[in-house]
Amino acid sequence: MPLKLLNNVIFQSIFLMSLLIVVGVFIPNWLVFVITKAIAYGLVGLGIITLMRGGLVSFGQGFVFGIGGYTAGLLGTQAGLTDAMLLLFISFLFTGFIGLIIAPLLARYRDIFFAMLSLACSMVLYGILIKIDAIGGSDGFVLPESTYFGISPSPEYADYILYVVSILMTGVVSILLRYYYNSTPGLIALAVRENELRVEYLGSSAFNVTVLNFTIAAGLGGMGGALNGIALGHIDPEFTYWTTSGEFVFISILAGYLSVPAVFLAALLLELVRSFSGRYFPDTWQLILGVFLILSIIFIPSGIGSFFKQFFDKFKNK
Amino acid sequence: MSKNINLLRVEGINKTFGAVVAAKDINMTIQKGERVSLIGSNGAGKTTFMNMVTGYLKPDTGSIFLKNENITSLNPRVITQKGISRSFQIPQIFEPMSTWENLLVALGTSQKNHSYFKNARSKENADYINEILSRFSLDEFAHRQVSELPGGVRKLLDIAMALVRKPDILLLDEPTSGVGAKEKYPLMDTIAKALSVENLTVIFVEHDMDIVQNYSERVIAFYQGEIIADGKCDKVLKDENVQEFVTGKT
Amino acid sequence: MIDEILTIILDGAIYASWLFIVALGLTFVFGVLKILNIAHGGIYALGAYSTATLVPIFYSLGMPDQLVILTMLVSALAVAIVITPIMERGILRRFYGQDEVLIVLVTYAIYLVLEDVQKLIWGMNSLYVYEPRELLGALELGSLYYVGYDLALIGLAIFCGLLLWLVLNKTKSGKIVLAVIHNPEISGCMGVNINKVYLAAFFVGAFLAALAGSFTAPLISVQVGISVAVVIESFAVVIIGGLGSIPGAVIGALIIGMARAACVHKLPEAEIFIMYFCMAGMLIFRPKGLFQGTQARKI
Repeated sequence: MPLKLLNNVIFQSIFLMSLLIVVGVFIPNWLVFVITKAIAYGLVGLGIITLMRGGLVSFGQGFVFGIGGYTAGLLGTQAGLTDAMLLLFISFLFTGFIGLIIAPLLARYRDIFFAMLSLACSMVLYGILIKIDAIGGSDGFVLPESTYFGISPSPEYADYILYVVSILMTGVVSILLRYYYNSTPGLIALAVRENELRVEYLGSSAFNVTVLNFTIAAGLGGMGGALNGIALGHIDPEFTYWTTSGEFVFISILAGYLSVPAVFLAALLLELVRSFSGRYFPDTWQLILGVFLILSIIFIPSGIGSFFKQFFDKFKNK
Repeated sequence: MSKNINLLRVEGINKTFGAVVAAKDINMTIQKGERVSLIGSNGAGKTTFMNMVTGYLKPDTGSIFLKNENITSLNPRVITQKGISRSFQIPQIFEPMSTWENLLVALGTSQKNHSYFKNARSKENADYINEILSRFSLDEFAHRQVSELPGGVRKLLDIAMALVRKPDILLLDEPTSGVGAKEKYPLMDTIAKALSVENLTVIFVEHDMDIVQNYSERVIAFYQGEIIADGKCDKVLKDENVQEFVTGKT
Repeated sequence: MIDEILTIILDGAIYASWLFIVALGLTFVFGVLKILNIAHGGIYALGAYSTATLVPIFYSLGMPDQLVILTMLVSALAVAIVITPIMERGILRRFYGQDEVLIVLVTYAIYLVLEDVQKLIWGMNSLYVYEPRELLGALELGSLYYVGYDLALIGLAIFCGLLLWLVLNKTKSGKIVLAVIHNPEISGCMGVNINKVYLAAFFVGAFLAALAGSFTAPLISVQVGISVAVVIESFAVVIIGGLGSIPGAVIGALIIGMARAACVHKLPEAEIFIMYFCMAGMLIFRPKGLFQGTQARKI
């Protein structure tokens, strides 16, 4: 197979997506469900690594996760909109829009202040959501069954169809993101991470880069939230809670910002560990997560994406 | 080409930090194509002056004009866009990236319209980057990570990056500082050669008087925030005050 | 009317005192080590649990009731002595000099670990240790009734805050710590043992966290999940007051405390929300908080 084709982003993505779709037919339903959830969490993680490429870590992506989830949920229960693809798309746009509005407030801050501000945003939203009884208060509410182009799938296939839809939509998003990362603005974003002062002195605005990255992260997070809500069939304020935000950060740190697929792999790892430890070691789930996090920070500081990158770089240099 | 264009005009600049007078009634006019060096001992006000011209600091009073436009209250990013670029005493470069990528960033920031989908490492950009690399004799370091490069090379890169957007005025902050005595001249030669391609206006801060004499025609001497001499190189360096307060020759 | 105002003021003061004791260690550790320690809440919980364990043992030994306070102090001290070497020296020290945000993530990981450690040691049951709360009797002010212990919290808060402030500003050791806050590198060059200062500062922060837990234990049912509220509320206090600032923590605690008390009596629906509201307000107008904490000015 010609090397150039192998290196091509679109080719790689189509290959991966096809593989997953086919594999999905043969794996048990609980695994299909787990992978779908991992994709939802991975989307939020992608948003965080987009921000990380600009030098920032958000501790409050629960904010956009919740907005996305509630958007999908409310459109379902109030407007009767149940088409999954449409809901994912609208959540992406709407949450991205909210992100665009909030971004200027946060984009002036760096390091710990940015992290804390984003966290505070998510906590304020949490405080609001648990008080609004009209949308279920702290219990949240149930989402109606999803449809796909007007068709309501039978229960045995419902999980798989959602799985396929999420792979396709996430695949498209990932390809677009990879193009952004490889582009000149993407490179400038990396430069902002390294030396913001020099970027300003070269004539570009670090603020604008941050606003863009934050908006993208918001859209991705919203889409992830909608997907998670649809997959669970339920939405509640826990989506915006700081511990949920913590899980997204965990995924991003584990994955690193070098590779897009690594983010989903990290999310899958999280989901699998959650499932298994929940079943077999119920009181140690957080302990395992905590230890895992410290170990990855110490031993894999660039994330598992760095292994992916090294692997692909070997191909490029052949 | 008219040599009487007042590119940079500085009028009545004053700046104090508490009890320290960093700038006192600074006036100067720089014309297109000039090579000016700023001299003065540490704390004389050269860096403060540079920081005000590039927008990092705001003067207490006075104005700065670039091509007759008042740039006094603008921030560094806008001033860079208007045509003043600077290099730094400690090279401000992007450590984990390669020389090539650093220059790509400089190129990208100089362009107004970016495609979010075109690969940064495209052929179109490559030609210009290659040209800059050879001008600064950086070809062999093109794809090495800059954090591993020797000091002189990092300085060259820092200056090259400032030059990418083809500024009207280039400010060099101690271009040969931190470089060994043997390497100073080759470094300055490379810089001078690279800058001579366009008729660039260059203002540089320098402590080494030999470099000052060999690479600038005009010298402005600072002392305790004031300009004590401004004129042709030979004349200024022979000036009594300059010898007493700056160069130290008896 | 007067009764109502008095109630609000006293309730607010008691709650603010609790908040202050809880947040003091957090803001101090940030000030010295530049670490926002999310595990602070976990140490608080350990303090509560250890008190809930040691106090019943104390009572079974039949010693004079008043000494129970000593037991509570000892339990907090024990927690700090155990946790500090493990956390500071064992884990956090590896990350000094690295990204601030990275260290916060490490403290978050430690928080997760501590949450499960609680479950593994003490199980999912709730522990109760009401007795110390009855020690100081009650105070009746007209129609108002306050438990003496609760009011004593105000005293404890003032005592802790004042003591820390005095030590920092009036003693030689304290001034060394201030020097390290301003400029660790130069302090090191001047002969200060930076690592020792960090260790000591972390110990003080951990002790304060455990102390908060210890003295809160008689007021609540000690169970899994008590750390969560602490993480959130101490976080709110330092956002409002400013990271690293002790006066800031005082003001932040007072603002939230009084606002909460006012809400409880006047607008109960907003009680939980008011804290987030104060936080949001501060973030919009002055995100770095009211005070900056001791910082060197760099031109």
